[in-house]
Amino acid sequence: MTVWNWLAVGGAAVLALVLVAEIRRRAATGPTGRRFFRHPTAAPALFVLAFFVTVALAAPLVTPYRPYFQIDITRLANHAPSEQNPLGTDPFGRDVWSRLVYGARISLGIGALAMLVAVTTGVVVGGVAGYFRRWVDATLMRLVDVGLAMPRMFMLLMVVALWEHVPLAVLVLLIGLTGWFGTSRLVRAEVLSVREREFVAAARALGAEPARVIFRHVLPNAAAPIIVSAALGIGNVMLLEAGLSFLGMGVPSPAPSWGNMIADCWQKMAVAPWCATFPGLAISLVVMALNAVGDALRDALDPRKEVA
Amino acid sequence: MTEPLLRVRDLKTYFVTEHGSGTARAVDGVSFDLYPGETLGLVGESGCGKTVTSLSVLRLIPEPPGHIRPGSFIEFAGRNLLTLPPRELRAIRGNQIAMIFQEPMTSLNPVFTVGDQIAEAAIVHQRLSRRAARARAIEMLKLVGIPDPAQRVDHYPHQMSGGMRQRVMIAMALVCHPKVLIADEPTTALDVTIQAQILELLERLQAELGMAVMLITHDLGVVAGSADRVVVMYAGQVVEQAPTPDLFARPLHPYTDGLLASVPRLDAPPARARGRLHAIPGQVPAASDWPGGCRFHPRCPYAWDRCRDEEPPLLDASTGEPGIHSVRCWLLTEPQRRTARPVP
Repeated sequence: MTVWNWLAVGGAAVLALVLVAEIRRRAATGPTGRRFFRHPTAAPALFVLAFFVTVALAAPLVTPYRPYFQIDITRLANHAPSEQNPLGTDPFGRDVWSRLVYGARISLGIGALAMLVAVTTGVVVGGVAGYFRRWVDATLMRLVDVGLAMPRMFMLLMVVALWEHVPLAVLVLLIGLTGWFGTSRLVRAEVLSVREREFVAAARALGAEPARVIFRHVLPNAAAPIIVSAALGIGNVMLLEAGLSFLGMGVPSPAPSWGNMIADCWQKMAVAPWCATFPGLAISLVVMALNAVGDALRDALDPRKEVA
Repeated sequence: MTEPLLRVRDLKTYFVTEHGSGTARAVDGVSFDLYPGETLGLVGESGCGKTVTSLSVLRLIPEPPGHIRPGSFIEFAGRNLLTLPPRELRAIRGNQIAMIFQEPMTSLNPVFTVGDQIAEAAIVHQRLSRRAARARAIEMLKLVGIPDPAQRVDHYPHQMSGGMRQRVMIAMALVCHPKVLIADEPTTALDVTIQAQILELLERLQAELGMAVMLITHDLGVVAGSADRVVVMYAGQVVEQAPTPDLFARPLHPYTDGLLASVPRLDAPPARARGRLHAIPGQVPAASDWPGGCRFHPRCPYAWDRCRDEEPPLLDASTGEPGIHSVRCWLLTEPQRRTARPVP
């Protein structure tokens, strides 16, 4: 780890701090923003997320090695954390810090993209079911019941097992398409209530077609639960990806993800605890941060929470 | 007389009630005509079917639980709206027949600017570009008398007062210059001075744009001020219809009588000057359980046996041109009974 790397990490931390401070400054002007930051964990959680995202984006600057580079290829020894390898090296002689940073790109990326797939599907299905009701609703919701009754992990394992090497895009789609059931129920419930409001009748009286009414008038008014479920959803998806990767069914080695980093190391837990501990800590930290942000958003977007 | 623009015949809109225990016959055989350029007042108490009638015209009744019975007929420009395919119906909604809703507070979408919402109908029906639609929105805001339209166009509904929001609603409805405007209690949620402004505005716009207005209200003062003809509804039926001056000078149905007597007046005759305002006794019965015979008989001061047993048809009571004043009341056949008991 060179001086420049340390400086870059420091720079990322400062950038994240500035970012959070700026968001906080802007948020203070509205009641929603104030409610968000009233949560004691909201600002630290935002900082954690901002830090990981900046570091992941600036990966080549903050890491001394490429993630695949085997420093000590002849002995394949685990080096303990040192000035050279701040988080030590793994059983293949690769720098854990470098892999952690590049792994953030993959883990956070999969989390965000898969969540996007899940939320989009869930919003469309829930919106259509809630707006049209009757047999459309009944059919879609029975489908959701089936989806919710299936153990997701086993379903994913089964599908993944049929592939030799799962491309990342397929993994994202799979995780996304098995994760929208809860969101669709939430959206449906919200749509059922919003569709009865008068401006929806007014929009229909204007001659707007169903798609326009759903996407322009109903769903924007149901945004709060969607945003919250998205924020909480990323954490869930990241845990799932970690689990899959740990079982060797997710992100294929040697590409680093936080899950397969733990998989590479868990057998050496007794002699080289740093190797599995740090990716594990990273997962916990980010998921905790996401949950905290989700909770704060939930309170912030619910105007009924307005207390004097 | 000229051809009617909108012809409603034997409209029946029923609702299946929650527990399947019965059918609420909210609108039960309503017929009336709307002529080009006129203002038709639709009057009655809450629960008499006014709003359901107006929603039925645009087929905005939520189905289920509601449905319009076969045999009903709503003709607009030579076509039956009730059998029109959805796409053609949407081409009429907002474009040829527009509607203003009762609650300006809840009828505007809180997440869009008023400009967006006014422009929406123009974008839907006339495929205007965003820029042109925005210009049209500003023009409409000016038309409905909102100061600073160029700034107001970017405001959200919560930044406006009730009266302004109602003006925005009117602008939304009129953006495509409809032939028919259905105004469902447009002034009920507003305070009295604003009410007068909104009614004046409607009247002015009606004259400028030459549209027909169906004004739904429970306020006879509003009717007297703006309607050319009045349809009085009770219990899902038309009980009396007449030109406005005729109705006020010669109300024939005891229900119309009662409504007129319930309006507070400064020039009240001494007999009524005891400080108590007249109220029609009782309430509108439940729509799932209309009384047999004349539906008004349990509340009618003149009711006799025939009213309990036999439902009166709409009888022609015109003094001049036939058919312009009709009433659903047996008193017309036995006028001497009216004097048997004085108007309370």
